[in-house]
Amino acid sequence: MAELNANIPEGDLTEKWTKLRSSMPLVNPSNKRSIEIIVVGSGLAGASAAATLAEMGYKVKCFCFQDSPRRAHSIAAQGGINAAKNYQNDGDSTYRLFYDTIKGGDYRAREANVHRLAEVSSNIIDQCVAQGVPLAREYGGLLDNRSFGGTQVQRTFYAAGQTGQQLLLGAYSSLERQIGMGKVEMYTRHEMLDVVIIDGKARGIIARNLITGELERHFGHAVLIASGGYGNVFYLSTNAMGSNVTAAWKAHKKGAFFGNPCYTQIHPTCIPVSGEHQSKLTLMSESLRNDGRIWVPKKKDDTRKPSEIPEDERDYYLERRYPAFGNLVPRDVASRAAKERCDAGYGVGKSKLAVYLDFTANTERYGRIEANKHNIHNPDKATCMRLGREVIKEKYGNLFDMYKQITGEDPYELPMRIYPAVHYTMGGLWVDYNLMTTVPGLYALGEANFSDHGANRLGASALMQGLADGYFVIPYTIGSYLSKELATKPISTDHPAFVEAENAAKATIDKFLSINGTKSVDYFHKKLGKIMWEKCGMARNAQGLTDAIEEIRTLRKEFWSDVRVPGTTGSFNPELEKAGRVADFIELGELMCIDALNRNESCGGHFREEYQTPEGEALRDDENFSYVAAWEYFGDTQFKLHKEELKFENIKVAQRSYK
Amino acid sequence: MASFGNAFSSSIGKKLIMGITGLFLILFLIVHVFINSLIFFNDGGQTFNQGAEFMAHNWIIRAGEIVLFVGLLAHIYQGLRLVFENRAARPVKYAAYNGSANSKWYSRSMGLLGTLLLIFLIVHLSDFWVVSRFTGIPTEDALGKEDLFAVMVDKFQNLGIVILYVLAMVSLAYHLLHGFASAFQTLGWNHKKYSPIIRAFGFWYSIIISVLFALMPVAIYTGIIK
Amino acid sequence: MSTENMNLTLKVWRQTDNKAQGNLVDYKVSDVSPDMSFLEMFDVLNEDLITKGDDPIVFDHDCREGICGACSMYINGRPHGPKELVTTCQLHMRSFKDGDTIVVEPWRAKAFPVIKDLAVDRTAFDRIIAAGGFISVNTGNAQDANAIPIPKSQSDAAFEAAACIACGACVATCKNASAMLFTSAKISQLALLPQGQPERYRRAQSMVAQMDAEGFGNCTNTGACEAECPKGISLENIARMNRDFYHAKFVSEEEV
Ligand SMILES: Cc1cc2nc3c(=O)[nH]c(=O)nc-3n(C[C@H](O)[C@H](O)[C@H](O)COP(=O)(O)OP(=O)(O)OC[C@H]3O[C@@H](n4cnc5c(N)ncnc54)[C@H](O)[C@@H]3O)c2cc1C
Ligand code: HEM
Ligand code: SF4
Ligand code: FES
Repeated sequence: MAELNANIPEGDLTEKWTKLRSSMPLVNPSNKRSIEIIVVGSGLAGASAAATLAEMGYKVKCFCFQDSPRRAHSIAAQGGINAAKNYQNDGDSTYRLFYDTIKGGDYRAREANVHRLAEVSSNIIDQCVAQGVPLAREYGGLLDNRSFGGTQVQRTFYAAGQTGQQLLLGAYSSLERQIGMGKVEMYTRHEMLDVVIIDGKARGIIARNLITGELERHFGHAVLIASGGYGNVFYLSTNAMGSNVTAAWKAHKKGAFFGNPCYTQIHPTCIPVSGEHQSKLTLMSESLRNDGRIWVPKKKDDTRKPSEIPEDERDYYLERRYPAFGNLVPRDVASRAAKERCDAGYGVGKSKLAVYLDFTANTERYGRIEANKHNIHNPDKATCMRLGREVIKEKYGNLFDMYKQITGEDPYELPMRIYPAVHYTMGGLWVDYNLMTTVPGLYALGEANFSDHGANRLGASALMQGLADGYFVIPYTIGSYLSKELATKPISTDHPAFVEAENAAKATIDKFLSINGTKSVDYFHKKLGKIMWEKCGMARNAQGLTDAIEEIRTLRKEFWSDVRVPGTTGSFNPELEKAGRVADFIELGELMCIDALNRNESCGGHFREEYQTPEGEALRDDENFSYVAAWEYFGDTQFKLHKEELKFENIKVAQRSYK
Repeated sequence: MASFGNAFSSSIGKKLIMGITGLFLILFLIVHVFINSLIFFNDGGQTFNQGAEFMAHNWIIRAGEIVLFVGLLAHIYQGLRLVFENRAARPVKYAAYNGSANSKWYSRSMGLLGTLLLIFLIVHLSDFWVVSRFTGIPTEDALGKEDLFAVMVDKFQNLGIVILYVLAMVSLAYHLLHGFASAFQTLGWNHKKYSPIIRAFGFWYSIIISVLFALMPVAIYTGIIK
Repeated sequence: MSTENMNLTLKVWRQTDNKAQGNLVDYKVSDVSPDMSFLEMFDVLNEDLITKGDDPIVFDHDCREGICGACSMYINGRPHGPKELVTTCQLHMRSFKDGDTIVVEPWRAKAFPVIKDLAVDRTAFDRIIAAGGFISVNTGNAQDANAIPIPKSQSDAAFEAAACIACGACVATCKNASAMLFTSAKISQLALLPQGQPERYRRAQSMVAQMDAEGFGNCTNTGACEAECPKGISLENIARMNRDFYHAKFVSEEEV
């Protein structure tokens, strides 16, 4: 196959989107009413797209597997959303946001897409505020900003530690408004199990009603996949229990290429695993690194309490290795450094897989400032700590409470124990500039597409991308496809392609229920997670990846012969749902390893041990790997690589350095 | 045509009726307890009888009495209706229900407390109100006024009646401990600065009114007041 | 507060579907770590049931970090269990002690029919929002986000109301199964913001009407909802909703 064509519009970088938007073919209002669009997913990307398309007049059907669209996993995002508003007058601009994102992504993202993202970022904030999203404000009544990793400006808008929740509720309310007006039909507790392709175009989906177990056929002139990320391939991640790759994977198997599957983001500050029973990991916001210092004991296997370890026996390894950025290096760098220390035997806690995030120094510092304000001169340490604690509480109270609730330890007294955890997947369905996959009429939005983040996503950029895709990109770009579909009458769901897809889905379900093996779905999921974490996680090497591929293949065989799925198909059966998801994760896991093995370089979240600088930093190979790896599926784990060359015309590609 | 539509049949409308009638009853109780407390002059009921006569013949009070009666009926009707509707909103009960963990028992028992009050009211009204308004008060006092006090003294010689009254006042106290502040909340008057004052006032109101009322039969029965 | 592993007896509501008769079934779980979350304890129990060939217990959950609002267990007579300001998924086993018997039931309300075991249908909440819990602004119609300054105190109050996760604990605990706290939280959030003013009174009317139509009970101000709400949503919101409703019905000339 020829080079992949990303359909990037001609012209100057800053003009591309404006020009395209104003020259895009339109669909007139009366025609829109007869065009049906299926949106799979109700997270930031799906809800914003479904609502906007319905506002424009299209007939929309929206699907989610939760009981309400408002529970999509976007709800869990804590930190914030970026936008190039320059409200702080600190020199921010569309270009700077564009530049930071490309650089943060270690030069593995598409320039044109990222620039468009930066251009529409401002509109997102406007839209959300108009919807009543209560973003944080200053006393003057204007919006407040925070700073986030990898940037030197304050451009992150937030709503306490619940930014994702508030943004999603904004999109959800717009969606519910359209549902109330009858313009969107909402299908909750429905899981998409396949895409239906007719004459090479996406024409509908097969979905399972999770309560009755019935398989349903739904027609659409176009199908949008906004089903989120696949971090749960690692079993333990900060994703929700139900987050899955099924929708994207089924699309992939029907012809949509999968882009950069191996790009995974490991977030440095998460609550460590506490035991075998652990079902998910909890993020402690990146913002904590502003006031927390990360350290481990200098002595191996030190069993002393943290308070008993004197200053000069502590290794503040981030400050030591990266004096310029210190504790605020980007996520990938911070995560790897923690792993390095723990692997070398300096980890803390019962499992030895944790490092300290210590607020003592800053608590005392804040306390001293407070004491000054209260006219207390020469305060003793206890007074400083008492006053400082109040300041810390004001800033991070809810996170400290959450930490205490989960670990049973009081972070005001003891340093937090943290460890990196899988958080986000930069890879996803490959899409062109119009967000269309390689299957005509099939689009991918939000975290489900291979996105604009290259090999590493900067904090607060996923929310921005999801909403950009849904509110401001797809409503325009879909027009150029649909304007050619006006003559297409709704296709009957009795069409053989629908029947065939439904039968295939049914066959898979029947197969799960008939295996009647000895091990639960979770058993296999945990096992897969372990392989992925150990061999395709924070650090990868050729040998490990080759082994992993073998192990996954064996696991897959075992799964299909020994899994036990209880219950029936005709009822609410979460185990059956899990089985389908894990089956897809196993296949995806293999592709991730194949992709990681193919990429003989280190970039962003993808760290190949063979490719590092003498100081242990990631070593890119721009000569040979400045491309998007888009994989085509050929049945039974046969994948073919297609490359989309990345051209940097507006940015000088350089080595990232945080020293 | 603009109208009040379904204002009163909605859940909030029903509450509004409860709140307004409840507050009206609360106002009435102030007047009532004031007049009745005149017996504490312990002057053989003279002051009290004067007060009672004023109440019986002042037209504002008489008009208010009609409103009060309608309000009371509305309060009772609506209150009972709410009890049944609310019960129907949870057709299957919990096997384990720990209400005391999050609310006061009397807040959860307004229907029961109200029903106790209703029973009391029937007895109470037939004892005094029916007598004074319809069947007529048999005797006159030294000043030639209708001797309602004598009726009272007569009634409260019966221990059973005294106990009923005291229990009813306990019910009233609890009904109001919840009801007073609740009515303000229903009317939408919740304010960080004023609500604590309302709650404190409501607390003392409930206690003082109920204690005063309860003291009357007790004092008469024990002969402290003659 | 336990720090040692525990043995517990669970009494869990089992019901095969909406029409079936349900009942409480006893289960023993042993060696429960105090570090487990309540749902992880259920995972362990389910794993056990699956290997034994029994049907695992169905319950709603997703984020497991207290924000999606999916988890919904009525534990020993209280929604989300004994701790204040936490959801079921954030409740940890260290809040129990060895030998405890724990009764686990689904939310109970006419408007929340049981789907299976501990999972109930809360779509009534979505319909309440669809009736008016929004600001009618189409994408692309917005002015600059800083065009209207909003006092911080007001914006913070709106945020506090907006923190509701639609878990339904308020309905579950209310002796009347009333949804006033949930409904008022949304009405309040939008009533507190300048953007919400144009539709303020329409919204109050139509959302209350939908709430009533769903079959929730009437509020009697017991305050149980506020006490059990994992997000600390305040009763002030209900008062504010009442005010807006009266305004809509008795002051405004517009009818909805
Ligand atoms: C803990 C956490 C914190 C984060 N914090 C931040 C942050 O501060 N800033 C930031 O920018 N980003 C953050 N992120 C990342 C960001 O939240 C996500 O990338 C983004 O919200 C994804 O949105 P989405 O719409 O693509 O997918 P989701 O919100 O995950 O939605 C997926 C939707 O698809 C549906 N779905 C999935 N599969 C199917 C199927 N088979 N059939 C039917 N429906 C299906 C689901 O029901 C759901 O509605 C965070 C992520 C996590 C996990
Ligand atoms: C002197 C007598 C009474 C007084 C002063 C009184 C007062 C009040 C008040 C102030 C409230 C609170 C209203 C609100 O929350 O908005 C209330 C509630 C209630 N009353 Fe009474 N009441 C009296 C008699 C009765 C009687 C006889 C009944 C009979 C059944 C009754 C039943 C109820 C019920 C069920 C409620 C709870 C309804 C709710 O809170 O919404 N009350 N009452
Ligand atoms: S108000 Fe509180 S208890 Fe009720 S649904 Fe919202 S978060 Fe849950
Ligand atoms: S599972 Fe999401 S709040 Fe508990």
